[in-house]
Amino acid sequence: MTVALDHVCRSVRGEDHILDMTATFEPGTINVLLGPTLSGKTSTMRLLAGLDPPTSGRILVNGRDVTGLPVRERSVAMVYQQFINYPSMTVYENIASPLRVRGAAREEIDRRVRVAAGLLRLEPYLDRMALQLSGGQQQRTAIARALVKDAGLVLLDEPLANLDYKLREELRAELPRLFEGKDAVIVYATTEPTEALLLGGATATLHKGRLTQFGPTPHVYRNPKDRITAQTFSDPPMNFISVELKNGFARSPAGVTLPAEGILKWLPEGRYDVGFRPRRLSLTKAPALIPVKGVVAVSEITGSESFVHIDVPGERWIALTAGVLERQPGQEIEVYLDPTRFFIFAADGRLVHAEPHGEERR
Amino acid sequence: MTRRLILIAYIVFLLLPIYWLVNMSFKTNTEITTTMSIVPIAPTLKNYAEIFTNPTWYGGFRFSLTYVVLNTLISIGVALPAAYAFSRYHFLGDKHLFFWLLTNRMAPPAVFALPFFNLYSAVGLFNTSWAVALAHCIFNVPLAVWILEGFMSGVPREIDETAYIDGYSFPRFFIRIFLPLIASGVGVAAFFCFMFSWVELLFARTLTNNQSISSIMTRTVSAAGIDWGLLSAAGVLTLVPGVLVIWFVRNYIAKGFALGRV
Repeated sequence: MTVALDHVCRSVRGEDHILDMTATFEPGTINVLLGPTLSGKTSTMRLLAGLDPPTSGRILVNGRDVTGLPVRERSVAMVYQQFINYPSMTVYENIASPLRVRGAAREEIDRRVRVAAGLLRLEPYLDRMALQLSGGQQQRTAIARALVKDAGLVLLDEPLANLDYKLREELRAELPRLFEGKDAVIVYATTEPTEALLLGGATATLHKGRLTQFGPTPHVYRNPKDRITAQTFSDPPMNFISVELKNGFARSPAGVTLPAEGILKWLPEGRYDVGFRPRRLSLTKAPALIPVKGVVAVSEITGSESFVHIDVPGERWIALTAGVLERQPGQEIEVYLDPTRFFIFAADGRLVHAEPHGEERR
Repeated sequence: MTRRLILIAYIVFLLLPIYWLVNMSFKTNTEITTTMSIVPIAPTLKNYAEIFTNPTWYGGFRFSLTYVVLNTLISIGVALPAAYAFSRYHFLGDKHLFFWLLTNRMAPPAVFALPFFNLYSAVGLFNTSWAVALAHCIFNVPLAVWILEGFMSGVPREIDETAYIDGYSFPRFFIRIFLPLIASGVGVAAFFCFMFSWVELLFARTLTNNQSISSIMTRTVSAAGIDWGLLSAAGVLTLVPGVLVIWFVRNYIAKGFALGRV
């Protein structure tokens, strides 16, 4: 089964939520919708589910137009960011509800509820009311309900966002396994690039209601089509500097000058956006690196890694370094760029050159 | 200690009239008018006996209860879908319509009494419990919509959607999933409808031939004076349905107020 969006637009009271979206979601892999808040992830989910009608365009299931079909006649399951269960029912009844509505036989319902509850480790709580459970268990119940339905399209709208770190890690590892071997199309929305990378599969990046790129997750990560996609798919955000390349030097309007080394040597003269990932911004001097002077703005320590926000003329960069590294705000430091690790974007945002991958230096 | 004294004084102040009513209902008229006794000197059940044996009296109670229950059922039945629409859908002028509903409650009942009298006489509804039940809707439906809308908006819309995704039809979802979630709201709304309709006097008198209990109570005033004992006993009995209803919805009332509506 495949689910496809065909030039789908949706606007509400003159405001565009989804703009000309075309994509085909395949079964057997997790399709990630990646984008910041308000980028149209939930709107896309609701269109796919049939909860909202598109303003124009078609939604196709196995090539069949289902645009006007009511939700309850579609084979869809959905898990929300908020833990949505029926509060007046027990966990068992919650999981059983899609089967009951369908009129399945009692033994069949019981068997499938127990299998789903087993997979999600909910057996001890089957007789409890949904609201008496912890957040993680409530979300497990919601996932079990989606699982038991055996729907052709499973929509997971930031299902882990409201869980605490530990539970999130746990459930994220389980999720792909749960839907394994089913001929279901799985669409998973998230704001976190890391989550997309962890889930693998295919990723569609969204920006202001547009689908900016769709392809296998590692490919999209390594070869973002344009500057916006690169920004969406990088955490912490990618660092940028706009430069004018001329006479062997790349100069930014604010006065930062880089010698045209690495890829810059091979580019025709003109205006470019140079991007590089935070972990490519080094705080220690090394031969082939380009030094730039800056001032520490903020320094955050996450345990095994440190983020240092650095103000350089005209830009703010983030350096991601291993280990605990304390820098005082206001401190003047020198940072070092690796010209072999640049992404180059043309003035109109298109990708000209991507950071090469393959052998890692560190 | 002072706090407790103030509280006790307040409760005494509140309950004294009710106690006095109960007290009077067990006395004879002579005792009421001549002596001031904290407890009846010669307790009597004569007043209650009169009410339970005289068909005018117990008929009045039955008539009033009929239109009150009818009204509560109609009001809730009509207000449920209306409140659902207000809480879940956006439509042109929805906020104005919602406010306009409430303004119905601001109008003095007397304004509606005459047109209702004339209309109901014309269609032969005059002097029936339906007449009063329908007339009270003009106040109770807006109130019920207002209360229920608040409760319904407290239920996340995603629950509705999850139910549709699970395959529920609208009626089945509404009865199986949604109603249990707003049960306390229905309880609170029903309580307010019941109480308003029970104590309302103007419509009950205008639209019937003095059949409702509140109008029958005015009959105790006659040329021979006021039958204090009988009036008190009737008063005590009119309190009973209210107390019963409050007893059933006591856990929900606080919730209803907590929602900031009502």
